[in-house]
Amino acid sequence: MYPQDFKFTKDHEWVKVDGDTAVVGISDFAQKHLGDVVFVELPAVGTKLAVHQTIGTIESVKAVSEVFSPAAGEVVETNSALADAPETINQDPHGTGWILKMKLADRGGLDALMAATDYEKYLEGLEH
Amino acid sequence: MIREPLIFEISDPGKKGYSIPKLDVPADPSALEGLPLRADIPDFPQVSEVEVVRHFTRLSQQNYCVDLGLYPLGSCTMKYNPKVNDRIASFPAFADTHPLAPAGMVQGNLEILHRMEKLLSEITGFDAFTLQPSAGAQGELVGIMLVRAYHESKGIPRRYVLIPDSAHGTNPSSAHLSGYEVKEIKSNASGRIDPAVLEQAMTDEVAALMVTNPNTLGVFESDICLIAEIVHAKGGLLYMDGANMNALAGVARPGDFGVDVLHLNLHKTFSTPHGGGGPGSGPVGVKKILEPFLPVPVVAKKGEAYALDFDRPASIGRVRSFFGNYLVVLKAMAYILSLGPKGVREMAEIAVLNANYIRKGLEGVYDLQYDTASMHEVVFSDKIQKEAYGITNLDIAKRLIDHGFHPPTMSFPLIVHGALMIEPTETESRRDLDLFIEAMRTIAREAAENPAVLKEAPHHTYVRRLDETAAARNPIVAWDGRKA
Repeated sequence: MYPQDFKFTKDHEWVKVDGDTAVVGISDFAQKHLGDVVFVELPAVGTKLAVHQTIGTIESVKAVSEVFSPAAGEVVETNSALADAPETINQDPHGTGWILKMKLADRGGLDALMAATDYEKYLEGLEH
Repeated sequence: MIREPLIFEISDPGKKGYSIPKLDVPADPSALEGLPLRADIPDFPQVSEVEVVRHFTRLSQQNYCVDLGLYPLGSCTMKYNPKVNDRIASFPAFADTHPLAPAGMVQGNLEILHRMEKLLSEITGFDAFTLQPSAGAQGELVGIMLVRAYHESKGIPRRYVLIPDSAHGTNPSSAHLSGYEVKEIKSNASGRIDPAVLEQAMTDEVAALMVTNPNTLGVFESDICLIAEIVHAKGGLLYMDGANMNALAGVARPGDFGVDVLHLNLHKTFSTPHGGGGPGSGPVGVKKILEPFLPVPVVAKKGEAYALDFDRPASIGRVRSFFGNYLVVLKAMAYILSLGPKGVREMAEIAVLNANYIRKGLEGVYDLQYDTASMHEVVFSDKIQKEAYGITNLDIAKRLIDHGFHPPTMSFPLIVHGALMIEPTETESRRDLDLFIEAMRTIAREAAENPAVLKEAPHHTYVRRLDETAAARNPIVAWDGRKA
């Protein structure tokens, strides 16, 4: 279910590392719990992020939730398609529903993140 | 059901709702020269008086209000607003006072403000109150501005405000607007703040802990005295969101259990109308240490006379024009005085009793994530119905409308998935509580036997289920005649 080349945070963000850049989004579990996403607030390109810093908010019919940065670095691109089609996060959270791309400052924080299998175990724990 | 047209759709060019007598003096067009006049207001509806009256009367009949029935929105305290309070507030001596009248001409009005500050101080255990904030969220903001002013007077404003995950949603916004960074404190298994977790998070960089007590799970923070000690030990202040004071008024005083600053919602606990029937009022109470920072002007009593004191150099300044929502304050004062000390206590006791009566009536039928004792509200979830039949809290809430009840607060607090947060208040009789419980039990049976009826609910309303997602994604907030 969860892509093997992703890493996950306890707050349900995923990150996919490719060289010194990383793509960030929210997990399928997160989008299911949020319900229909109606608005996504994204940071400006060039924003410098620390680990666990708020990168934006996702508004669903149920709630407004913050998205936290899974790594330290600088925003190089945001998914502008989400402005007109926020539902992409519900439809394809691990693919076209990505949120931003960042240039990693250091990889230190990444080791603390969960691999897909660990994340699935973590979710099982949350369900009970 | 007949769809009520928009008022623009019943507009006819040239129709008027007024008639002006013929001009019987010489016309003088130069009187208006130089003024920014316009010949026409585009798309202004042109309707007769009776059309306006019928249109808005029909709309009002499609609405639901606490005068029609139980309105169990959790954390909103939708209690009945006794009509006598409105009658008192409509007396010309109050309603027709000009807010710019000199203090010497409005001694009675100033006395009301002064006495209300004393009444609220007595109920909550504080040294002083400001009645200026227009509603709860502004009260929160003012409270945190006072916290900031206090720390600044000691040297530095500090950096963080701690907020539990069971707090009201506006708390983080208020802290953020005041220039603080928010750190979340996770609740423990009983739905309370864990003093050990707080101890870890509490440093000398933390300006305040914002606590809602009882919290949004309807759970009393029983470690509140210890929590206050932990916060104070590091020089921080304890802020309490008093939105849930209906559970405590007349029984326990936040000022006695270590709170330094609190806001009340007069439109919740003290029975003034909510929302469109408002406006609200969010007075802020403080301990002595914060008093110098209160907004100006303060109503001061000098001998037998009342005066407005602007000479307060440490004040955060004015936060609202004039004196806040004066008539709302007056209605709340009428409510408090008509109940008296015993009545205020009884109000809280029955509010808690009613919530627990509903809890007992629905336990086992709906899931209760936290089984900690409930105060004035109880938070169930859709877990049982969702896992077995795919029925969500939205379906349950919509079906409740068919039974003649307003739905409870949904999907909040966030720590309970699919939350149904029910606060009946002391207003409801046992008969009405039984009807509500029966409706909720019927809905639980329908979830098992005929889930489609819930998925399609409501069935007996002017409009059927609205597409809330489309409304949020593509909101149409203004009528555009050119597109019609």
